[in-house]
Amino acid sequence: MSAIINVHHLSKQFGEISAVSNLSFSVKKGEVYGFLGQNGAGKSTTIRMLLTLIRPTEGDIEILGLNLRKHRKQILRQTGAIIEKPDLYKYLTAMENLRLFAAMSGVKIPGKRYAEQMEMVGLTERADSKVKTFSQGMKQRLGIAIALVHDPQLIILDEPTNGLDPQGIADVRNLILHLSKDLGKTVFVSSHLLNEIEQIADSMLIIDKGKKMAEGKVTDLFNPLDTIVELETGDNNDALEKLKQSAWKDYIQEYDSKKILVKLGKEDIPSFARQLIQMNIEIHSLSGRHSLEDYFLTLTTANKHVETFKN
Amino acid sequence: MWKLLKIELFKIFRRPRTYIAFAAIAAIITLIQLAFYSDGEAFLQFGMQSLKETFDINGKIVNGYLVCYVILQTLLIHVPLLIALIAGDAVAGEANMGTLRLLLTKPVSRSQFMWTKFMATVIYTLLLLVFMAALALFLSVSIFGTSDLIILKSETIVILDRHDILWRYFGAFGFAAIAMTTVASLAFLLSVFAENSIGPIVATMSIVILFTILTTMDIPFFNAIKPFLFTNHMLNWKGFFEEPVNYREVLKSATILIGHIVFFVFTAIAIFKKKDILS
Amino acid sequence: MKTIQILFVIICTHSFPQFCFSQSEAALIKGVKNKLDKVNNYQADGVMTIDVSFIKVPPSAVKVYYKKPDKFNVKKDGGISILPKGSASVNLNSIISGENYTIVPAGNTVLENSTVRIIKLLPNDENSDVVVTSLYIDEKKLLIRKSVITTKESGTYEIEMAYGKYSEWGLPDKVIFIFNTKDYKLPKGVTFEYESGEKKPKTANSENKKGKVEIAYSSYIINKGVPDSYFK
Repeated sequence: MSAIINVHHLSKQFGEISAVSNLSFSVKKGEVYGFLGQNGAGKSTTIRMLLTLIRPTEGDIEILGLNLRKHRKQILRQTGAIIEKPDLYKYLTAMENLRLFAAMSGVKIPGKRYAEQMEMVGLTERADSKVKTFSQGMKQRLGIAIALVHDPQLIILDEPTNGLDPQGIADVRNLILHLSKDLGKTVFVSSHLLNEIEQIADSMLIIDKGKKMAEGKVTDLFNPLDTIVELETGDNNDALEKLKQSAWKDYIQEYDSKKILVKLGKEDIPSFARQLIQMNIEIHSLSGRHSLEDYFLTLTTANKHVETFKN
Repeated sequence: MWKLLKIELFKIFRRPRTYIAFAAIAAIITLIQLAFYSDGEAFLQFGMQSLKETFDINGKIVNGYLVCYVILQTLLIHVPLLIALIAGDAVAGEANMGTLRLLLTKPVSRSQFMWTKFMATVIYTLLLLVFMAALALFLSVSIFGTSDLIILKSETIVILDRHDILWRYFGAFGFAAIAMTTVASLAFLLSVFAENSIGPIVATMSIVILFTILTTMDIPFFNAIKPFLFTNHMLNWKGFFEEPVNYREVLKSATILIGHIVFFVFTAIAIFKKKDILS
Repeated sequence: MKTIQILFVIICTHSFPQFCFSQSEAALIKGVKNKLDKVNNYQADGVMTIDVSFIKVPPSAVKVYYKKPDKFNVKKDGGISILPKGSASVNLNSIISGENYTIVPAGNTVLENSTVRIIKLLPNDENSDVVVTSLYIDEKKLLIRKSVITTKESGTYEIEMAYGKYSEWGLPDKVIFIFNTKDYKLPKGVTFEYESGEKKPKTANSENKKGKVEIAYSSYIINKGVPDSYFK
């Protein structure tokens, strides 16, 4: 599969602050690419650079095999985007907003497409209502309709499920999968809802403080079936020593005086528990955590915030 | 570009705020016409006092041409503020609404975007002036009729023959279009720096008011800087009501104003092209 | 005897000139008045030119109306006419109408290569605004060529007349009215004027400023009637 997006050594400096630092990644055609990072990690800055809203301080961006700086118009004709929450013209109706932005897309759009888009996002009955009467969720759906009206090859979605109810979130998830799997579109989606990314993304990129922490296929980065088991014992130091001398020594992820974290496949948990008893380790607590969240937290400084919050 | 311009004009004229300026102009003009209709002579008393000590003036002094002149003299001080309302909102308003980031992800260059915005602002300005001309000139003439136009300046009185006036008004309105576009271009430039339209609107209004005060104060210290103030040159629509018309001065003022427009607009575009859109 | 009579006349005319000439001044005035009295009313077309330092107005076509004894009006059709106060004095008849004045001769002078008699009229009425009127009269043609009127309120006016085809009626082809002007000024904060930055040349002391209004008549319609409404 060829790359739709190629980013080489991308950096952005705002004065003294380095918002994005030496970021390189690649997005393949037809895949759903998850973009993860905590607030302030540089996700929005990166997305804005992909969409030419911000000028990179350094680095190159290629989209659809073309240099973004030199072929901006050509690339943007094939790109649809939502950046943060979709802000629209409140004094215009939903349909007027859709037509207005569609007219600027540089692509000839058949007349029936507008009604189709409204139906796709469930806004047919409110098409002639002014946007100022819309809830945040409705605006989000209209934003999605606007991003897709000109049938782009690349769709960039920044937090697309913001403000949506569970049904809305599920609808967006299914839409993204449909766009990718059925229509062959490439979807670049950033989100802080880790479980959403986990369910839809083929590949992902995790950044922290503007730097790449991990990139790759989801299955390569972590096994969704893996669990992080948190063990609390009567004597953690003794337990740790015993585990280091056992067959489980390579599974130890992290430890301190209060707990030991061990990464296991779900099917290994029962035998691990038996081994602990056999090693005469006094078990006070044995619990499993979601792997992507832990993976994310171990990579990013978000972990420190979690510990602070817990304490 | 024409398609983009249509979109911009559609946005401007669908917005309720746009019509405030038209309503304000209609109200001011109607009030002035009403004042002249009820007691036009008293309105002129102050200026005509010293003249009437020496001369007997016969004929229809209060006529459509005079009423229009008084309206222009009043409005062309205030209309710039109304223009700032729309022009100051051009870019900053989009940033404030959050629509700017979506617009700039479309395959439209930033230069094209800015030119279209500016052209739409200019069209709005011209429509405002046409509206003003229709009410101030044609409505005044139909209510008050025509006669010679008597203009009271600070040190001279000019009386123009009624057959020699209409073309002067066309010239004056044409010049006023350039003057108002100068204000629009200043507001347009300031709009680039803000993410809220209040800032550029107030800043433009403040500059125009300050420069207008400096322009109209008859203090020797300020007289030296007046030729450098664009608000001074904006007054030269009155040059068309000189006898004879000093075309050299009128053209000089027009050129200076056009120079301001070019400077403001090109600076706005140059800055905007490099600006990071964070709104 | 004949010699004595001739001598008597010579002594009279040279010793008592006032007594002898006052008869002829009054007769001259009467002669001019009789000529002017032939005109009961007229409508005239003319071009009025104003030459006042602070007024800029192009020459304009005017209609002039007169009706005995003292109705006089200058109108610009569809426009504005501007005349100095007391412009009724432009009308010659009103200068010498009535007989309530003392006639004083003041010799002769030459105006544009022709000799004219100077006669001063002093109003007998102490309340009259006119202090003295000096008339420069062409004796042969019985035409007033110039008058200088000094008033209490409005200073001194001069009226110069030139005659042509209507001289038989005593009606001039051209009248030039010269008068004093007061300084005119309005605050710039009220007038909102463009400042070019060029230094304006200093004007002469306004107290001595004179203004000029000239009416060049192209035609008269004499004694055909003029409605009173034309004088409102």
